[in-house]
Formats: sequence, C-alpha cells, structure tokens
Amino acid sequence: MNEWTMIEAVNHALAFQLRANPNTVILGEDVGVNGGVFRATDGLQQEFGEQRVIDTPLAESAIIGMSIGMASQGLIPIPEIQFMGFIYPAIDQILSHAARLRNRTRGRLSCPMVIRAPFGGGIHAPEHHSESTEAIFAHIPGLRVMIPSSPARAYGLLIAAIQDPDPVIFLEPKRIYRDGKQAIEDNGEALPLDTCFTLREGIDLTLVSWGAMVKETLQAAEQLAAKGIDAEVIDVATIKPLDIDTITDSVNKTGRCIIIHEAAKTCGVGAEIAALLAEKSITSLLAPIQRVTGYDTVMPMFQNEHFYMPSTERIIKAATKAMEYR
Amino acid sequence: MSIHQELIIEASQYLDTNGASLKPLPDAFNENKLVSDLYQALVLTRLFDETAINLQRTGIIGTYASCRGQEAIGVAIGHAMLADDVFIPYYRDIATQFQRGVLLEETLQYWGGDERGSNFSQQANDFPLCVPIATQLCHAVGIAFALKYQSKPNVAVVTCGDGATSKGDFYEALNMAGAMSLPTLFVINNNQWAISVPLERQTASPTLAHKALAAGISAVQVDGNDLLAMYINVSDALEQIRQTGKPFLIEAVTYRLSDHTTADDATRYMSQKALDDAKQKEPLIRFKRFLTDQHSWTDKEDQALYQQCQQQVDTSVEMYKNLPPQQPGEFFDYMYEQLPNSLVEQKQAFLDGLKRHE
Repeated sequence: MNEWTMIEAVNHALAFQLRANPNTVILGEDVGVNGGVFRATDGLQQEFGEQRVIDTPLAESAIIGMSIGMASQGLIPIPEIQFMGFIYPAIDQILSHAARLRNRTRGRLSCPMVIRAPFGGGIHAPEHHSESTEAIFAHIPGLRVMIPSSPARAYGLLIAAIQDPDPVIFLEPKRIYRDGKQAIEDNGEALPLDTCFTLREGIDLTLVSWGAMVKETLQAAEQLAAKGIDAEVIDVATIKPLDIDTITDSVNKTGRCIIIHEAAKTCGVGAEIAALLAEKSITSLLAPIQRVTGYDTVMPMFQNEHFYMPSTERIIKAATKAMEYR
Repeated sequence: MSIHQELIIEASQYLDTNGASLKPLPDAFNENKLVSDLYQALVLTRLFDETAINLQRTGIIGTYASCRGQEAIGVAIGHAMLADDVFIPYYRDIATQFQRGVLLEETLQYWGGDERGSNFSQQANDFPLCVPIATQLCHAVGIAFALKYQSKPNVAVVTCGDGATSKGDFYEALNMAGAMSLPTLFVINNNQWAISVPLERQTASPTLAHKALAAGISAVQVDGNDLLAMYINVSDALEQIRQTGKPFLIEAVTYRLSDHTTADDATRYMSQKALDDAKQKEPLIRFKRFLTDQHSWTDKEDQALYQQCQQQVDTSVEMYKNLPPQQPGEFFDYMYEQLPNSLVEQKQAFLDGLKRHE
C-alpha cells in the first residue's frame, strides 16, 4: 500500500496506464521535462520517453484537435490543459469533433481520449486560474465529465476514464491536490464509471456535491451530526452521464436535498439534479430543494474568493432550514 | 541589417489554358492509362456535381456544396496518395474521396441528411467531410503523429479553403506540424471566395503559401486548374514527406465556378465578368485539349466517357434512393460505445412516443 495525495494518485494512475498500454500518450504544455505545473506528470517523460510524454507548442485547440486525430488512429491520447480557464479555445474541437466523431461516422471512427484539467478556486491563484465551468461540458452530448474528490477516487476514476472508449473530460479539483494522503494499491483497478459514491449514510437529508466542495460538505455533515441531524453525503463523481438513481434513492429516503457546488448557480449541474429530482422524486420531498453554490458573478480574484466559495456555514444554514419543514 | 531568410514562393504550371505543355512532362504522362484515368475522374466528379445540384433542386438531397471548377485539385490528390495514407477533407473534397473508395451513393446519403453516408464501406481510416472551418487541420497533425508513432511510411493529407487560412486552427496546426516534424501534406484549395468574401479581403499575404514559411514549412503555389501540375506537385510533395518526415504545403489556385452551396446566390457578390474569365481557365476544358493534342483523344471517345460516367452517377442515384431508412432511434445509438442509462431511458421514451402515434 502507498500513501498518496491526489496529485500523486493522478501521477501513478497515468504511469500505470502508460506502462499497461504502449498506445497511450500524454501531451500538453509543460507536461514533459517540467512534469506539469502541478507535477501531475512528474517523472513520466524520464520513464516513457519524449515520444509518449510530449511537450507541445502552446496551442490548446491544436492540442485537443491533434488528440482527436491520434485517437482516430488507435492511440489513446491524454492531453492536459494546464488550467480549466485555458480550455475555452479548444471547445470547438471538443464539442464539434471529439464528442461527435463516433456518431458522425456511425462508429467507424471513435475518440478514446481523456482531457485532464485542474479546476476550481481557493488556491489564491491569478486571474483566470480558478474556474469551475464543468456545466458547459456536461451539456455536450457525447462526453463523459468526471471529477474525483479524493486520492483513491482520483486513481480509480482516472484509470476508468483512460480505459473508456469515449472522450472524457477529467477535472481535477486542484484545491485538494495535496490535501491529505490516502492508502492506495497501485494495481490499476478501475472504479465504476457513471456512478455516484455515497460517502456517508444518513436518514434526515441528502447533501449532494462533487470535487473540492465534498470536503466542506463532509465537514457540514459532521457538524450537523453534533446537532442531531443525520445527513447522507453523495459524491456525484461522474456529472455526465449522471447517476440519478443513487440520488433519488437517497432523497426518497430522506425527503430533503441540498446540492452544493462551487460553479455559478444559473444552469449549473445543480439545476439539472434539482430538475431530475422534481421529475422523479417530488412526492418524496418534505422540503424545497436548495442549492448552495457560487454566485452568478465572475470568479473574484483571490482577495474576495472566500466570499464566493460555498462555506461549511452556508451548507449548515441551508440544512437547518430544510429541517424546519416537517 | 541582416537577412534571416528570403521568403520566396515558386509558382508551378505545366499546361497553359489551351492545354499546351509549357515545359517537358515527366515520362509517366506519355502513358495513355494514367492520363485517361485522371480525365475519367475529372469527368465523373463534374457529372456527379451537376447531378447533385439537380437532386437538391428537386428535393432529393439537402443543401449541397459544389466543387465545380476545382475538380483537378481533388483528383490529383486522390490519385497521388497511397492507399494507407490518410485523407482529412474539407467539405468540397468529393473528387479525392471518390478516388479513395468513398462511394457516390454514400456522398449522396451524407448530403441527403443521413450520417451513415460517412460510415464509408470501402474506406476505413479517412475522415468524413469537415464542415467547421480549419478544425480538420489539427486532426491531420494528430493523425500524422500516429502514423509516425506507428512507424508507418504514410502521410496525413489535409485540405482547406482560402477562408480557413484566416483561422487560428490553421496557424496552430501548421506550427505544430513544423515544430514536431510530422508527415503532413497541407493543401489549400484557394478558390478565391469564402462564401461572399473575396481573397483580397481575407489576407494581405502575397500568397497563401507564404503562410507556411513562418511555421518553417516549405511550400509551393500551383495552378490548381492544371491537373498535370497538381498531380506532379502532390506526388513530389508526398515523396519528399516520406523521405524527410517533414510537412509540406501546397496552395492550389483555382476558382469557384458555383454558388457557395445550393443555398447561396453568388450573383449577389461575384461579377459575371470574373466568372466568365474564370471559366476560360477551368480544368476540364484544358485537360481535354491536352489529351486531344498529345494523346489523339477523339470527340467520340469523349462522348463515350461522358456517357459511361453519367451512367455511373445515375446508378448511384438509384442506389441512394433505394437505401433503407435508418432504424427509429438509431441517432441515439452511436453517442457512446455503450449507451448510458439516461440515454437508454430517453431512447425508450422516444420509441414509446412513436408507438403512440401509430
């Protein structure tokens, strides 16, 4: 067993797949000699060579477009976009091509690739380095969008993403890249795709979150427990396609649901979950569904980012309000 | 002041507009087989194109983008490529596709609104027609990487229009191929128009081929209506790329002798005089004159060829009309290799909805 942080777990999952499949290649800005600005690819170029861990020119659209070409010919590219704030030049390639190649050719060509990008705020970074715009990608048919919230899930979900035959957007919550270690066996075992993880069982209300916000959500659940409120906590993990069954099963049991995400509120993934609960579980609801989210503002620069990020207090306040409905 | 490098682009032409050779031709062009095959492909493409426009006018296919006037470029590319090279087209490249094994009826199926037309039955690796502008150039670079990675002696051949050379993906792809030394042949199909915007509003660059030089890629400008010049230059470029592993760019200069698509009306922006002038230089007339003068091609042979090609086109139209429709809900089935539960549910709801209407 190894004790790894999330960034180490990502690094080892990548190394495992590079070792397991010679068609796997990593490409991106600063991923080679430098090992990535967060060190996700540290040491990989030394082990696997410049042809498999490739420092590309600085061109996001071409990095993704090129990966599509590679994937169509039997390679498994794992492009890294250095920060989510810099993925937007590549959206045309992702939306118009990566997500559609299989459908456009009726399966003749396909696009097995994993686009990795660190995302989210709370690390006192410069402007454009704290984005959480996962909903943009969740809206695109043909993609998978996965977000781990712990080192073990980062390892197992990244392995699953790389083995998946379709394009995956793999968003890594950089605020918790080095937030504690977990014991992980480096055995290449994949965690299930398209599945929520129930991290804490409870009967009074359901807290649904993903990525770095799972940390505050679990803290809130602990503090609520001290007040006698027993919260169930679900880590969505794959936000597209969404495992709504796990969420409805929980809400049918608890009758109350609070969705917590860092991204802006309007048309966030929380809105989709709330809509699905309204479709499938409205008769079980004892209280209105609430969303504890970022605001519909530009992510503030770091002097104010703590005001933007959902806090444990905001989650507890929403939970307390939900419990007032009987 | 010191000079780093002089940026010179050579222009290449073998036949004048009357089909007379301007310089000695390679021996291969003394053989009747090669030149008649090339001409057959030109005529087939022209007749298919005319038929496709008529099919759109009568509602049998949807909007269609004609390639009239630029057939020589596509024929030359298709004829010069090896089977295991990979072709990454833009949306006017049917001439090349037909040479690469794409069936005429598949092309009708595509423009007829059916995705199955891009599931080529005789061509495994080539990309489907690309509608978003310039994105395909990046795919080609990745395909070139894969070919090199797999130690294959093959080339990724990609085309784009003149408008595409204004896009970021064009520059990103060229720069990437140059920096990483990837076996890619870029062919710019410069037909002078990006819908209604003429070339002089598209760029101040002296030629489009010059744009390759900044990426460290060698380039040549070729008369795209001169089938022999195109065939020789594409063949030479492919050979050079196979030898050196380095990318190359050809700017093929032609003229769009059609509306942008069947949904367009070029009389709004293209002068009749410019069109009439361009028609004098078009590729079919020129190549026929060459065949007549240097290969004793007769009008009778010409008529027979047109008849045979039209028959092939007509057969493909019949095959297209007789293709079975897609299965209900087939448009769900290729979104993922395995449909996620949410899509299984949506598909079922769609199928149930159909039943209720029966």
